[in-house]
Amino acid sequence: MKLLVCIKQVPDMESKFKIDADGVWYDRSDLAWRMNEYDEFAVEQAVQVKEATGADLTVLCIGPEQVKETMKKALAMGCDRGVHIADDQSHRRDPYQIASLIAAFAGDKGFDLIFTGMQSQDRGSGQVGVMAAELLGLPAVTTIVGFALAGDKITVKRELEGGVKATVEATLPALVTCQLGLNTPRYPTLPNIMKAKKKELLAVAAADLSPADALLQTVKLTFPEKKGGGVFLEGDVGEVADRLIRILKEKTSVLA
Amino acid sequence: MKMLLVAEYRQKKLLESYTELLAFAGQFGADCAMFLVGDGAAELPKFAGKLYLADVATFGEYNPDAHKRLLLDVVAQEQPEMIVLSHSSYGWDLAPRLAAGLKAAQVSEVVAVDDGRLVVPACNAKLRRTVSGTGAVTVATLQAGAFSLAEAAAGSPEVIAVTGEGQGRVALLGYEAAEHGGVDLTKSEVIVSAGRGVGKPDNIPLVANLAKALGGEYGASRPVVDAQWVEHNRQVGTTGLTVAPKLYVACGISGAVQHLAGMKKSEFVVAINTDRDAPIGDVADVFAVADLKQLLPVLTEKLQAL
Repeated sequence: MKLLVCIKQVPDMESKFKIDADGVWYDRSDLAWRMNEYDEFAVEQAVQVKEATGADLTVLCIGPEQVKETMKKALAMGCDRGVHIADDQSHRRDPYQIASLIAAFAGDKGFDLIFTGMQSQDRGSGQVGVMAAELLGLPAVTTIVGFALAGDKITVKRELEGGVKATVEATLPALVTCQLGLNTPRYPTLPNIMKAKKKELLAVAAADLSPADALLQTVKLTFPEKKGGGVFLEGDVGEVADRLIRILKEKTSVLA
Repeated sequence: MKMLLVAEYRQKKLLESYTELLAFAGQFGADCAMFLVGDGAAELPKFAGKLYLADVATFGEYNPDAHKRLLLDVVAQEQPEMIVLSHSSYGWDLAPRLAAGLKAAQVSEVVAVDDGRLVVPACNAKLRRTVSGTGAVTVATLQAGAFSLAEAAAGSPEVIAVTGEGQGRVALLGYEAAEHGGVDLTKSEVIVSAGRGVGKPDNIPLVANLAKALGGEYGASRPVVDAQWVEHNRQVGTTGLTVAPKLYVACGISGAVQHLAGMKKSEFVVAINTDRDAPIGDVADVFAVADLKQLLPVLTEKLQAL
């Protein structure tokens, strides 16, 4: 069995973002980078399937040279090899283009199961996985919080609104997009980090995979307008607490 | 502008969210048709226009292959410039299939319309992108609660039955109800919630003690529940509870849209966070820029002394 997990490198969401010179994306300098949180659950699930079945597991990541750092984490978590689709323009591509790169790479590889995160933390479109499945002609199930594999069938739990879950079945080959809470992503151990350094990391130029033309254009990136009206309290915690209590007495009935 | 609105039917019920699609279309003065896989004998969307209706008994509530094919047929007939869904577990699953099938741009989780262009959040709502499709048709999903009708929806649709191949490669086996039992946060007048900023499970009692001092209950955001620091029945947000207490205190919660959707109707919101740019500030009446580990014990003690 052959498995593929697709990951993305994103900035830490606690970062202080600045808008880039073109005004259409965030400034990529001076940011701390990490694996997209949703993808950590995808990698963990893929590694669990590999451990249970002896399957071969490839991790794929699209982006500039720096994404290799994030790929090393996936390799240390247990992926067998990495495929780096080298692309300095990945942050400007729309989800359909990214999906077209994944599909172009995966098209003739015969993967039985493809895992992705349900969305990225920076763009949050939630489109790439499903679009890649459509381009590959595979069934896809989104937002999974439960996963079981038996023979060539997967039974997964989809997370719906209000805590309701749906149980869904599909036959391999298939693609699933992973939601937070699907499993507990492992921390790479030091020996596994060392081993990961020796694992194969192939590079493919994005241009060689002929990405599709963009369907979506970003006109501008802005900071949301603060709705205002909110009072900021800062300084000594004792004073902050006193001021907060005064406000609660004035503005709410909960301390009455 | 011609729009096709995709309504939802789940667990044998028409979802009210179709009214949000109508509110969005209203901003464009669009000429609308609607699509629904539902039950013609049950409640239908209140809407004066064409309703393309496929029978849920044949096509299922979740059968993305079949729903996509039905929709592509309707799109071919109606030739809409925009296809609009809710950004929901149904919408975000179906929309990319349609977009890929039509080779159309998809715009996910629209929160606003700016001069005819669509605005979506980025980076946990810290930023906003204004986008536009490059082709003749765009598929859009709308953030829950971002658009609402000023008046109740009215009218009865002209039903056009649609049918086709019902087979799909993904089969819905059934639903699992939400875990309840124990506390019911929706009935609490005060909720103090813990977010990722609490740092470790040992700090949950700080939040619980403040809740107690305020005569309320404690809740949590999703990451805290996923980490199993707090039980699921206390989770506030899209995938948990929607609450509207008199006072909501968000401790170490950045304010991801999924969380805001679950608590933004609270009467009074206090945010306690070290990051004064955290999006929770958008809904906070008071924002205490402080480390909750320092502020909470002091605040709790002062409240107990009242």
